[in-house]
Amino acid sequence: MENGAVLEMRGICKYFPGVRALEDVDFTLREGEIHALMGENGAGKSTLIKVLTGVYPKDGGEINLTGVASNAHIRSPQDAQKLGIATVYQEITLCPNLTVAENMYIGRTKGHLTNWKKINADAEKLLDELGIPALATQQLGSCSIAVQQMVAIARAVDMDCKVLILDEPTSSLDEQEVLKLFNLMRSLKEKGVGIIFVTHFLEQVYEVCDRITVLRDGKLVGEYIIEDLPRVKLVSKMLGKDFDDMADIKSESDADNIDYNDIPVYEAKDLTGTTGIKPFDFEIHKGEVNGFTGLLGSGRSECVRAIFGADKTNGGKVWVNGKQVKINKPLDAMKNGISYLPEDRKLDGIVGDLSVRDNIILALQVMKGFFRPFTRAQAEAFADEYIKLLSIKTASSESPVNSLSGGNQQKVILARWLLANPVYLILDEPTRGIDIGTKVEIQKLVLKLAAEGKSVTFISSEIDEMIRTCSSLIVMRDGKVVGELKGDDLNQNKIMATIAGGEGK
Amino acid sequence: MSVNINVNTGKNKLRRRAALTDTNLLLFITIGVFIVMYVCAIIFLGKGFTKPQAFFNILNENASLIVLSCGMSLVMITGGIDISVGQVTSLVCMACAVYLDKDHGNGDVFTSLFIALGIGLAFGAVQGFLVAYLEIQPFIVTLAGLFFAKGMTTIINSSQFNVENDQFKVLKSTEVNVPLMGSYNKLGEYIPGYVEIGVLVALAVVIILFALLRWTKLGRNFYAVGGNNQSANMLGINVKFTKFMAHLICGLCAGIGGYVYFMHVGSGSPSHAAGAEMNAIASSIIGGTMLTGGVGNIAGTFFGVLSLSTIKNIVASLGLDEAWWTNITVAAMLCIFLLVQSVILARKNKNKK
Amino acid sequence: MTESNNTIGSGKSFKGFVGRLVQNQLFIPIAALLVLVIFNLAADPSFFKITLDQNSAGDPVLSGYLITIVDYASELAILAIGMTLVTAASGGQDISVGATIAIAGSVVLRVLCGTDSRPEKMQAPIIVAFLICVIVSALFGAFNGALVAFFKIQPMVATLILFTAGRSIAAWINNNELPIISDPSFGYYGNFIPGIPLPTPVFIAALCMVVIALVLKFTNLRLYAQAVGINPSSSRLNGINPQMIKFLTFVILGVCVAVAGFIKVSRLSTINYSVVAKDIEMDVILAVALGGNALSGGKFNMTASILGAYVIQFLTTTLLKFKVDSAAISAYKAVVVIILVVLSAPFVRKKIGELRKKITARKVKAAKEGV
Repeated sequence: MENGAVLEMRGICKYFPGVRALEDVDFTLREGEIHALMGENGAGKSTLIKVLTGVYPKDGGEINLTGVASNAHIRSPQDAQKLGIATVYQEITLCPNLTVAENMYIGRTKGHLTNWKKINADAEKLLDELGIPALATQQLGSCSIAVQQMVAIARAVDMDCKVLILDEPTSSLDEQEVLKLFNLMRSLKEKGVGIIFVTHFLEQVYEVCDRITVLRDGKLVGEYIIEDLPRVKLVSKMLGKDFDDMADIKSESDADNIDYNDIPVYEAKDLTGTTGIKPFDFEIHKGEVNGFTGLLGSGRSECVRAIFGADKTNGGKVWVNGKQVKINKPLDAMKNGISYLPEDRKLDGIVGDLSVRDNIILALQVMKGFFRPFTRAQAEAFADEYIKLLSIKTASSESPVNSLSGGNQQKVILARWLLANPVYLILDEPTRGIDIGTKVEIQKLVLKLAAEGKSVTFISSEIDEMIRTCSSLIVMRDGKVVGELKGDDLNQNKIMATIAGGEGK
Repeated sequence: MSVNINVNTGKNKLRRRAALTDTNLLLFITIGVFIVMYVCAIIFLGKGFTKPQAFFNILNENASLIVLSCGMSLVMITGGIDISVGQVTSLVCMACAVYLDKDHGNGDVFTSLFIALGIGLAFGAVQGFLVAYLEIQPFIVTLAGLFFAKGMTTIINSSQFNVENDQFKVLKSTEVNVPLMGSYNKLGEYIPGYVEIGVLVALAVVIILFALLRWTKLGRNFYAVGGNNQSANMLGINVKFTKFMAHLICGLCAGIGGYVYFMHVGSGSPSHAAGAEMNAIASSIIGGTMLTGGVGNIAGTFFGVLSLSTIKNIVASLGLDEAWWTNITVAAMLCIFLLVQSVILARKNKNKK
Repeated sequence: MTESNNTIGSGKSFKGFVGRLVQNQLFIPIAALLVLVIFNLAADPSFFKITLDQNSAGDPVLSGYLITIVDYASELAILAIGMTLVTAASGGQDISVGATIAIAGSVVLRVLCGTDSRPEKMQAPIIVAFLICVIVSALFGAFNGALVAFFKIQPMVATLILFTAGRSIAAWINNNELPIISDPSFGYYGNFIPGIPLPTPVFIAALCMVVIALVLKFTNLRLYAQAVGINPSSSRLNGINPQMIKFLTFVILGVCVAVAGFIKVSRLSTINYSVVAKDIEMDVILAVALGGNALSGGKFNMTASILGAYVIQFLTTTLLKFKVDSAAISAYKAVVVIILVVLSAPFVRKKIGELRKKITARKVKAAKEGV
């Protein structure tokens, strides 16, 4: 084994039916380093992590842990824990019905009895140390998501582990919390813990990491020391080619042709949601692309959900093409020509076991009515048309949609809403968790739609994307609209300043 | 890292809310309902309910149900359900009756106890295996278990008969006096209050399972698994084993409950304990066990059984003693509590948003 | 009907006719049927004899075990239609169908008898009794549906309420009396119409199948129910009202129960509250499972479910023929259920898939070595 290595994975293979998820992947983690695991979606990061933590059994290769086990067989998360591998997952993997303290200690205390006094005291101490605003005896479900994530980290930190895996832990944390987490990571690094850090955010990688391992299509691309790999190179390693396609997107858009004086396609006054957003005004014109931006939890998704009627609204007036309408449920919005691609693809978007065809026609079919189903031939024609148009990679229109990759699933949902022929299309994070190639395709599509005279609201956590596609941006903070940026104001600094608080600064 | 002052002021606010976990909230509701109900019974129906023996009789009648309900709660806390317990009770009665009866097996009481526990454990183990390791829906598995037990009961013996066995008769008629809880009859004689052996067994089961859930690792794992299956797995809990154990213990409870029932009635019949699974589920739900799993308490279940039987007694003393009223009352109780749970859950989800 | 997509592995090793057959969802019920047929052929070929006899009224009727099967499977098939929809949309089953059949039957008798428990003449036209029974039964379906759809209670627990109370309610409707209809025309629906040698329930079941086939063809019920069963949240965002769809399936099942209950009381012209349609919920759920439909909801195949119902009745009749006590039959069926669910459990499927792969690999290896 290499000197100083705490973990060595050699020749790891993992197959799923019809897919080679990992092929002959090597990975080495050294003592006291923060090691970023990078790759696009479907590159095999999560699979590698899950093999290491025993969620999936490996189909080949060996895992060595220095001083603990050589060629370790990790068959379950319990095994991994015993070997000193602690993991914090992107989704909260704690039990909401138990107390905070229990969540920190369950599944890893010795003996058959629970010593409540001790775990409560220990937990309280640790929570104070890490500055987590929660009580040991509080039910976890009553904490905010960010606090729950911090509790998960506290649990992992306390495990006295050799290897700490952080699988996209920052996606639900705000800036302050991220900084706190980074400090924590650095202090653990001092103690000699090896940390594997998986994230989508490039800035974060360059802020804390020492080394980067890049995966692509289930294969190892290489291991690099951070100083040797500038951002551009990292991106090209992840993509497998040099990419400057993104740069020329903006030139295609022609925001100047929008007539801001005509009747807006959609207009809302004092629209109030029941999900914690303050009343807001909003309008969008023919051929306009605008966006909502703000930190996670600022209410940007809640706003568009209120527009679509996905969440209940309790106040405000809405006009579509100058006519006042009431939108209480999604169907009302759809009938008024509004489409909504939801933020959470798996939970709100695809209908898993149904075929690609049924998924594509679903919205149009619902609009047509319960008693007027499409014939098989009609449905097939629609599906084939859009599979071709968006070049969706699927074996056939009969395949269940959950057998497709993330990006193609997203395209299926896009196809569904394009088929519904909306005048106003809301896209909430359409580019999240999909490969960069598809991201570019989607951004180009948005601009093309706008050129055809459709109105689009585009939301993305990546500000670059928003700047490239949108002609105006609505900035949100704490459920309130705090600014609208247009034209020359659409630049990174100005947006950041507005998000962060106050044009005055 | 230093202690943050802001965090601490925030914590005091939290502290007030923290004590009320879902489990506690539902437990308070249950105990409240039981007390209100019993007090109402005393006020409106008078005499019968004021004597301690009236309370003991409720225990005597429902000792078996208490045991079954405790097992049921355990499974429900892990997010499962076991609807076979009623028929397993019936099967245990029949098997023990045939084994003990002079004209059939003429066996001894001690061995019959093992038969009862064996049947319960066998059902628990098989159902647990199918649910936990093969990941089949618990409802389907235990529905099959219900019908299997039903069929087996008839196969062993298809009609009702009373057990003739001297040893067993002694056991059946044993009464345990409760000190200071007697009453005086019209002649002024002191009649001691008594409970059957089954009640002691039931109380022991309640105490043991309460302790198991509160203080042992296995018990806490039940809650974790019920709260979130996948999370529990990620937290390093052996989910499959935990679920298996829940069903196994529930099966064991069905065996014990079956024997307690048998001691109470002293006969075997295919129609014994019909619908007991229903009563057990109702008691658990009334006792604050959430169907969705992860929330529940054995103490609550105990009070759930008491509430259920008190309302049955009230219905009976109102003169509505036809058998169907009991069923309708139980169903109505279950319905009300299900709705209450559903509303509480909906409220909570709303608050979170 | 669509083919099931949830077959094991890549399925490429199973080329050709056999492969397609095995992958078809109808394979399981047909295979089960074949097993039963072969068993009966071997044990006693007279099982398949159909004779033309005269019944007590002097009308020609067909009789034989096969006729019994198609006759008595009618209620099952009708219930399987509703149960399949409920399963698909809500991911659970309604276990109160037996108890609601008792209620439906009780209502029919109550309307026909009026105040008298043994009237000489029926007090109301049969069609009125039937319609009232449909309405009442649909209302009970709606009660279950409301608990499941609007209060979000697991279907099997929600229906546990009526499962317990149903037979008591049925008894209460008729004041716990056992009404008897003496008019023979009431018996036509459960037995034979004079001059027609096939039992009437067969026709009623066929009618129900035609109706559901038309409904599935001319409405989006299939798409909606499947979408709601697979992903309710996504369905909602696509303009479907998942709660309404779940509710609707329970009401449809309620109507199916009414038809089945009507047939049941017509067979005997009376009712026994604690015995009528006893354990039928087990048979219906079994039929749906035997049809290869996932009991956890989602995609469904109606033909397979209905076929499953006939297979179950075939099994019951076979067991009865071999003098198995009718109460003990449930034990045998329980074993069948367990075998079925174990075979369809994802874990077992995976293992079988792995085994098959291994065998193919070995064959390939052997072939290579041979070369």
